[in-house]
Amino acid sequence: MKIVVCIKQVPDTAEVRINPETNTLVRDGVPSIINPYDLHALEAALQIKEKIGGTVTAITMGPPQAEDALREAIAMGVDDAVLLTDRAFAGSDTWATAYTLARAVSRIGYDLILCGKQAIDGDTAQVGPEMAEFLDIPHIAYVKAIDDINDRVIRVKRMMEEGYDVVEADLPVLLTVVKEINEPRLPSLKGKMRAKKAEIRRLGFKDLETDEHLVGLQGSPTQVKNIFAPEMKKDRKVLKGTPEEVVEQLITVLKEMKCL
Amino acid sequence: MRIKVDVDLCTGCETCISSCPYDAIEMKDDKAFINEYCQLCRNCLNVCPEGAIKEIEGEEPLAVEDLSSYKGVWVFAEQREGRVSDVAFELLGVGRELADQKDTELSAVLFGADSSEAERLIHWGADRVYHCPDSIFDKFNDDPYVDLLTHLIKRYKPEIVLAGATPMGRSFFPRVAARLKTGLTADCTSLKIDPETGHLLQIRPAFGGNIMATILCPRTRPQMATVRPRVMKKGSYDESRKGEIIEIDAENLRCRTRVLETVKEESETTCNLQEADVIVSGGRGLGGPEGFRMLEELAKLLGGAVGASRAAVDEGWIPYSHQVGQTGKTVCPRLYIACGISGAVQHLVGMQSSDVIIAINKNEDAPIFGVANYAIVGDVKEIVPLLIRKLKEVKGQ
Ligand SMILES: Cc1cc2nc3c(=O)[nH]c(=O)nc-3n(C[C@H](O)[C@H](O)[C@H](O)COP(=O)(O)OP(=O)(O)OC[C@H]3O[C@@H](n4cnc5c(N)ncnc54)[C@H](O)[C@@H]3O)c2cc1C
Ligand SMILES: Nc1ncnc2c1ncn2[C@@H]1O[C@H](COP(=O)(O)O)[C@@H](O)[C@H]1O
Repeated sequence: MKIVVCIKQVPDTAEVRINPETNTLVRDGVPSIINPYDLHALEAALQIKEKIGGTVTAITMGPPQAEDALREAIAMGVDDAVLLTDRAFAGSDTWATAYTLARAVSRIGYDLILCGKQAIDGDTAQVGPEMAEFLDIPHIAYVKAIDDINDRVIRVKRMMEEGYDVVEADLPVLLTVVKEINEPRLPSLKGKMRAKKAEIRRLGFKDLETDEHLVGLQGSPTQVKNIFAPEMKKDRKVLKGTPEEVVEQLITVLKEMKCL
Repeated sequence: MRIKVDVDLCTGCETCISSCPYDAIEMKDDKAFINEYCQLCRNCLNVCPEGAIKEIEGEEPLAVEDLSSYKGVWVFAEQREGRVSDVAFELLGVGRELADQKDTELSAVLFGADSSEAERLIHWGADRVYHCPDSIFDKFNDDPYVDLLTHLIKRYKPEIVLAGATPMGRSFFPRVAARLKTGLTADCTSLKIDPETGHLLQIRPAFGGNIMATILCPRTRPQMATVRPRVMKKGSYDESRKGEIIEIDAENLRCRTRVLETVKEESETTCNLQEADVIVSGGRGLGGPEGFRMLEELAKLLGGAVGASRAAVDEGWIPYSHQVGQTGKTVCPRLYIACGISGAVQHLVGMQSSDVIIAINKNEDAPIFGVANYAIVGDVKEIVPLLIRKLKEVKGQ
């Protein structure tokens, strides 16, 4: 069983702020982490390997420093890591990212591909399904449990709005996983040692044997036009007075709204 | 077409300089500057680690086709167990506005369900419904949805296609965009037509709701977007509205996944929360689980449901199913009363489209007041019990 896990290095969005004067992101000092959902994908891959054998490869596309994320994955226990980095990939939207990852993954080889549900910087949840499309394999999104897997078939629970579906597919298949699927392990000491020394394979634009119009900015149908701070309401009314007076005014508002 | 350096992004690292075969990039005030020697070879575009070098206007189209041959606004109407989901009617609301602005038609696409559901889509604003009643759509598998929707889009060439950002929409819609080689913008909170270019302006939160971004898909068609349930308002319902239903055959549809079982797990409270007209929501400011007893009483008097911030859920004062916000439910009631909630962006994205927001917080600088229609600076433990007493009086209890 050859399992590939796609992981992304993201800024810890809980700490990102916007500078209201310039309307730009303030990323100074914000730590980079492995996208939290991708840790669950890594854990799922390691558990499958422990159960039925095989190898786990982590891959990321990003700037050279994304190598840190791969070393962390090695520390958790993956066998092998691939860094997909090239200036030609800069400015990729989800289409170009998924396309580039798909090219790389098909070079590496796979029976099962695992992605996180979404990346917390963009929150799009598109890269997984788009990749599956480029590889022409089925995918199952929002997987919250892997019930059964062998060399041929996988059966999972997929989260839906009002519960879940039990879904089966033949391999190869791509899954995107949600947090409920497992509790990611912490890196072991031995793993950390190995991560320090491990060699990380690099792939660039040339290795993918593709057209430059399909990657990076040129291969991205969407563009960010501008960013801005969320708006504030302007017609705000402050209810003033003693608590009794305030409550009287509230009752009037509720009556006007026909809530009583 | 021109190539320009975005000086806000440029860090002055000089990486681009050596990439230019024409020596057209120089440094000015510590920023890269592209001078008149530029031959538009585009070599520098991908070189900048910050993505600060950009093409301006008239980019080469990704699609070979003429963009102007794409017309009309489409809404993908999701159904479950033969009933069209509410999100479809919400999409028809915004779809109608977009279609009217573009002076074009609004169509709905319905896979599965029967023709009475197709009629309902017309009453809610569609001019036309493409309906494929085949039983292959009874259970949700991505493949047939992707195959048929892609086929219809290629055949009829709509300019804009929208779907709900539900587990279903978010799963199969990206594949459609990938196959059509066009852009897709997830979780839009606002959609407008740019009066100058006619492009769809797709506005969505990013970076955990800390900022909003406007996304364009200028070079390819259709322009595709998903919208979260309860973010847009439904359009108007008109029983007498007439429209056309075009029946579509399900031919040659693949299906590589098999749904073996469908299990429902809905709890009453979750379902209440999103259907509720009034939501009384509490945060860490309530001080403990007993604060939620108080809110339950208030909610009952107002015929509403109880919501919560993540901080309150994390404290264990109330189950996760009540959580409102980015990682909880998106709600859009007529009235949202926020009690002791600071108003972190992650909370705001889940409730700010409520019709009327009342906020009670003892800190007058709390960001929740930024979205409130009625602001009460005070102690929830004082205001809420008093309000409950008054309401009981008014109702004669
Ligand atoms: C990735 C991510 C996702 C998140 N998703 C969500 C989400 O879905 N939903 C969500 O809600 N949060 C979410 N959060 C958390 C969010 O950032 C905030 O931490 C959270 O909303 C704060 O909850 P709070 O307002 O109840 O608590 P606090 O921020 O602690 O605010 C309590 C407020 O109560 C006021 N107060 C205290 N005592 C009283 C009193 N007696 N009377 C009146 N006012 C009082 C205080 O002035 C303060 O404003 C997310 C965070 C991250 C990083
Ligand atoms: N640059 C990337 N490198 C590797 N995997 C990625 C990358 N971007 C996205 N992914 C994968 O796709 C998932 C969804 O990402 P997104 O569509 O950006 O929300 C993530 O959880 C990752 O598993």
